[in-house]
Amino acid sequence: MSTLSAHDIQVRLGGKPVVAGVAATLQSGTVTAILGPNGAGKSTLLACLAGLRKPGAGHVRLDAVDVLSMPARARARRIGFIPQTPEVAWAVEARILVGLGRTPFIGSSGLSLEDGAAIDRAMEAAGVTELADRDVTTLSGGERGRVLIARALAGDPEWLLADEPLTGLDPGHQLDAGDLFRAMAHEQGRGVIVTLHDLSLAARIADRIIVMAAGKVLADGPPAEALSPEVMALAYGVRARVIEGAGGPLIEIVGRGG
Amino acid sequence: MSRRQTTIAALIGLTLLLSMVSMAAGRVWAPFSAWTDHSDPRWAIIFELRLPRTILAIGVGAALGMSGAAMQGYTRNPLADPGALGVSSMAALGAVLTLYLGAGAAEPWVIAGAAMIGALIAVMLLLALSGQASSIVTFILAGVILQTMAGAGVALALSLAPNPWAVNEIINWLMGSLADRSLGEVQMALPLIAAGCVMLMFIGRGLDALTLGETGARSLGVNMTATRWTLAIGVALTAGASVAVTGVIGFVGLIVPHLLRPLVGARPGGLLIPSAIGGAVLVLAADIAVRLTPAAGEVKLGVAMAVLGGPFFFALLLSLRRRIA
Repeated sequence: MSTLSAHDIQVRLGGKPVVAGVAATLQSGTVTAILGPNGAGKSTLLACLAGLRKPGAGHVRLDAVDVLSMPARARARRIGFIPQTPEVAWAVEARILVGLGRTPFIGSSGLSLEDGAAIDRAMEAAGVTELADRDVTTLSGGERGRVLIARALAGDPEWLLADEPLTGLDPGHQLDAGDLFRAMAHEQGRGVIVTLHDLSLAARIADRIIVMAAGKVLADGPPAEALSPEVMALAYGVRARVIEGAGGPLIEIVGRGG
Repeated sequence: MSRRQTTIAALIGLTLLLSMVSMAAGRVWAPFSAWTDHSDPRWAIIFELRLPRTILAIGVGAALGMSGAAMQGYTRNPLADPGALGVSSMAALGAVLTLYLGAGAAEPWVIAGAAMIGALIAVMLLLALSGQASSIVTFILAGVILQTMAGAGVALALSLAPNPWAVNEIINWLMGSLADRSLGEVQMALPLIAAGCVMLMFIGRGLDALTLGETGARSLGVNMTATRWTLAIGVALTAGASVAVTGVIGFVGLIVPHLLRPLVGARPGGLLIPSAIGGAVLVLAADIAVRLTPAAGEVKLGVAMAVLGGPFFFALLLSLRRRIA
């Protein structure tokens, strides 16, 4: 069991507050989705939680340790991160890209057998084994997204923080990835934090939902509680209805206006 | 053997073969019988003129090939190269300033030091000018600015030069050549080049991780500040020491990694050593070619490489149009 906690995080970009005092304590073993309109500060908060951005004020602790004070390699072994617009600069094979996830473990001797096994497991879990020899730059956006999820899994992180990892995936693969996140949390006891835009998908895969707006937490709780019509109106300026669907609550956006 | 290992083995074989040819070839052709016979006048040509030249070709080729591969890996830009982006020109400016001030004639270490400082300033300016986004366009513009600044500096030094002898020396040296270099110059340049190459190899894993962009690399525990400084100093040592001894020989770092990528894979860290050996092969081959070119004087290696590399750079740019647009 470990805890990732944000203590009064504040970030200003260009003089404008992007994250304006966020506090949250996240437990491993759960999937947390961070939602909110464009510019709500989701990605910035996630980067702070991952120890990749120094907040203007406040701090993030992994268990009792400030993430910014951890040695970079040690932090990278515990917290895996998938950036929002993952760039792939070179035409490398998918397996080599997934292998980059082992970077925090690799010594001077290169990839070990153990690293190879971790890479194979990660590709299997993300369902990209058959893409192993494909040039990543020739993959579709969704295929590349899954390879990048495998890249993060290859590091076997205690925490997985992913910025919109399901964008660009087709519905089938969105569900697969969602199930994978849930299995990672519930069966393997890892902590999973994702930012999402699809409200119904968030309701389906997340145990806990944090809705942000204008850099502040608007709602925080289980999906049924956090995704109320009142919160949707405040956060997105839309009229929404929650319908009980077969696979979980569905959020129907009825129209503009709060 | 993997394709990468086969390629490396083939490149090493090619380097050895070309080294033998480089020792033998030239205006005077030296047969193997002259190699062991001290009384043969050609023995002196082989060991006093062609041996330093051959070693230097290997060292400078390796330096330029590896620094090109490292710069491309760091910037995630296949057009990065110490020659094309003005690093070599800035090194040359540093060296020219010492020649102009007369200090160089006395102390070759001063030229080398000045060249390395010039190269270091260039790399740091390049990284600063192109910013964190390092798009291809800003990068090339940054390179153009550096080239222009260095060119203007050299022109100023030439126009203010105290005597025609100095002007002649500067121009000759600027054109880039391996001819008439002594073992002393080899002894000065090689340790610096070797140190630079070792530094660049240290950041191989970081360059690999940078395939995922700067945020991706940082999330994998790569220390970007250390990587940036190691790159800058590694390139300053390799490119600076090369320029100090041979003048500007461009395009090696651009051509070699590009040709090797399909053979050894595009992983930047895996490209460093093959690019070093490939650079040695290219410079050796080009130097043999200029020696054998029938002309009144010898065609300068730097000039020959520019004639070869210019169209190559242009073709590469055309093939990248899609990415730049």
